[in-house]
Amino acid sequence: MSAANSPEGMSPSDASSWTLRTRKFVERNVPMDHLLPQRQPYYVGSWVYVFGVITIAALIWVVVSGVVLSFMGPQWWHASSVGRFFNGLHFWSVQLFFIFMVLHLWGQYFMAGWRDGRAATWMIGVVIFAASILTAFTGYLSQQNFDSQFIAINAKDAMNAGGIGAFFNVLNFGQMYGLHVMLLPIVVTFLVVAHIVMVRARGVVKPIDAEGGTRS
Amino acid sequence: MDTPTSYLHWGFILISVPNLIVIGGMIVLFAIALVAPFPHSQGGEDVRRK
Repeated sequence: MSAANSPEGMSPSDASSWTLRTRKFVERNVPMDHLLPQRQPYYVGSWVYVFGVITIAALIWVVVSGVVLSFMGPQWWHASSVGRFFNGLHFWSVQLFFIFMVLHLWGQYFMAGWRDGRAATWMIGVVIFAASILTAFTGYLSQQNFDSQFIAINAKDAMNAGGIGAFFNVLNFGQMYGLHVMLLPIVVTFLVVAHIVMVRARGVVKPIDAEGGTRS
Repeated sequence: MDTPTSYLHWGFILISVPNLIVIGGMIVLFAIALVAPFPHSQGGEDVRRK
């Protein structure tokens, strides 16, 4: 029997191939019609489901404006009118990101979005929320103005009291800026992509009916 | 812009007016999202409401 005709479609040598196993796993768990569906269930027709999409849109603006700011530097974003515009764009898109992330959280909490095997999706959302707070915090410390100095001086005591001051030094601009523009955005973006793929893999959670069960 | 904002103090609750406005606006937006009609496209759904 050829490998293509075997029950699993794999020969013993194929079974040791991690690329084949990964491809099979992706095909099984995230088929393309789940990843890019052209139709949605009727219950997705509510503005509550739009909060998550707006959060993603705000995140894209955060990343785009942040890339521009990191290219041009603090003198530009503080002194030039275009720089101040991008500084404001970065700040306000972060505000929208957090506002709509919390609205998305409220919506998912009240519809118990962790049901039917979606616990990991919910927990990744929790981690995204925590990582986003850390990213925003390092961003406030990276402003290069009196506000960031005030925040750093006041926050250092909390960090030291928490026992992490030696590793996470809020007075160290280089460390805070490096975390803000490199490590943490990668973490948040990777987790958001994982979150979206997991939502698409299982679909949107069904509403809870009047009896407290799940609608079929 | 350079003056400190005003705070509301009620028992153990202490909140700035701007923060209160943002939170109130979020609650209003959430309530509107629950009740506002959503435009349904023709044939764009898997299951029709019975």
